[in-house]
Amino acid sequence: MTAPMVRCRQVRKSFGRLEVLRGIDLVIERGQVVCVVGPSGSGKSTLLRCLNHLEEPQAGRIHVDGELIGYEERGGRLRPLPDARLRRQRESIGMVFQRFHLFPHRTALENVMEGLVAVKGVRVADARKRAGDLLDRVGLADRAHHYPAQLSGGQQQRVAIARSLAMSPKLMLFDEPTSALDPELVGEVLEVMKDLAASGMTMIVVTHEMGFAREVGDHLVFMDDGLIIEEGPPREVLAAPAHERTRAFLSKVL
Amino acid sequence: MDRTADERVRTAGPAPAGLDTPPANRISHPVRPGRWLAAGVVAFVLVWLGWSVAVNPNLHWDIVVDYQFDRVILDGLWVTIQLTVASMLIGVVLGVVVALMQVSDSRILRTGATAYVWFFRGTPLLVQLIFWFNIALIFPEIGLGVPFDGPKLVTWETNALVTGFVAALLGLSINEGAYMSEIVRAGLRAVDPGQQEAAAALGMSRAKIMRRVVLPQAMRIIVPPTGNQFISMLKTTSLVSVIAGADLLTVAQRLYLTNFEVIALLIVASIWYLVLTTVASIGQYFLERRFSRGFGTTVPGTLRGRIGRNLRFTGSAR
Ligand SMILES: Nc1ncnc2c1ncn2[C@@H]1O[C@H](COP(=O)(O)OP(=O)(O)OP(=O)(O)O)[C@@H](O)[C@H]1O
Ligand SMILES: [Mg+2]
Repeated sequence: MTAPMVRCRQVRKSFGRLEVLRGIDLVIERGQVVCVVGPSGSGKSTLLRCLNHLEEPQAGRIHVDGELIGYEERGGRLRPLPDARLRRQRESIGMVFQRFHLFPHRTALENVMEGLVAVKGVRVADARKRAGDLLDRVGLADRAHHYPAQLSGGQQQRVAIARSLAMSPKLMLFDEPTSALDPELVGEVLEVMKDLAASGMTMIVVTHEMGFAREVGDHLVFMDDGLIIEEGPPREVLAAPAHERTRAFLSKVL
Repeated sequence: MDRTADERVRTAGPAPAGLDTPPANRISHPVRPGRWLAAGVVAFVLVWLGWSVAVNPNLHWDIVVDYQFDRVILDGLWVTIQLTVASMLIGVVLGVVVALMQVSDSRILRTGATAYVWFFRGTPLLVQLIFWFNIALIFPEIGLGVPFDGPKLVTWETNALVTGFVAALLGLSINEGAYMSEIVRAGLRAVDPGQQEAAAALGMSRAKIMRRVVLPQAMRIIVPPTGNQFISMLKTTSLVSVIAGADLLTVAQRLYLTNFEVIALLIVASIWYLVLTTVASIGQYFLERRFSRGFGTTVPGTLRGRIGRNLRFTGSAR
């Protein structure tokens, strides 16, 4: 049996005196789609950002594909990973942001090419071809030469997904990918994510889209106040939440 | 025309076909006698000024014509161009380095950068220039070797090394670096931190993030004021006339000290300064257009408006 794709053990993170993650335990198998829900400020984004070490957790271990993230263990002590190795880890973990964060000075195609050229060192001609294929996959082949400012929110988010996919990640993190979108644009992004899930990608999705969680999610995690207080198959958790606070939250978003 | 503006016009599109085109609006603009009066006064003053300048016998236009392409003047012009370009180049490099120091994690680097900016922005450039010119009074010799009075490999006479030109270059570029660092820093700060995160999440190194993601976006903010600095520098170089910098103003002064054609030679110099700043303004217009790629609305106005704006008397506040 191979290691799970993600294993978090007792992950803790504080900002100054504010404890944002207070001991997160989480196991995600390969190919699983895990949806993370919970009230604002419960630490969902911080958890995702710890997974690719954009934030340094103060305690606990995070393994992705069997590899300890952000640190190396030597003689029973943790040391920060050398930059180059941390970058390799980040390369294999895609991240999609609520506000897209496309590079505004590059066209859609150049955005998707960027990681290939600047990180993987792929030749420009090859990168262009591969980026074109990826844009086609998210349905934006005809928008390749548009700048982000000339694209709708939904189109920008699909470019952002293609940009992450270009790195051939083994894990994709989505932080509220549809929260900044007009309602009529949410569907096109969820559709791309659904295809991605069907292709076998392991995904962690912070979302308020309960329909997506129910339909596409394999596992649902409910976070509150820095802890996972309930988890399980989405249909079961959504139909019969066991915890009082889950019920209260769901009654508001459903 | 800028691509994005075109795009918007196209998407706004013509009215749907099939509808009758509505009749053109007939708008009667109110008469504004005040505006006509003001325009008349301005036109009168301009003509009158032009006439008195043209016929004024004290202006010696024939001398101006004689000297405009004089060998000595052209040499000075060339020095002014060299000084401007070189000190801007060094100033921009210094500015970028100091700005990166200011946003670094190291307190020592940040403090050093802050002290540099504080000192060179806090003292008049004129004083700095005279100071550099007289640096030999403090350090009569400059050497390479072990610091703190250790043995030296080579030494030079400071006076031989720091000529008027070198002193001018040192003064102008080090001073410019302080101003440029503030401009660069404002540019860096204007870039959404999410950009760095997105790039880091792709696995880019810090240096690459700076070079490929942050700086190109900061350029949009940095380029226009840098163009202004360049144009201002063209004029600021005239300060080096106090340390015999051999620039345009210096040679003009040297000439009128012998032939007493003060006004004519100042006009000769002014005409060259105007030519330089005009050319620089045109370059600035095209540079700004180049760097506003992908940012929709930032078309930097018309070329003619830009030239006019740059030639306004800003009197460099240094
Ligand atoms: N860099 C930071 N410095 C200080 N506090 C922070 C920082 N990042 C997050 N926080 C705080 O940590 C808490 C959890 O933030 P986080 O963004 O993880 O919540 P979230 O569950 O994603 O909320 P939301 O649904 O609003 O996105 C919040 O109280 C937030 O203010
Ligand atoms: Mg969040």
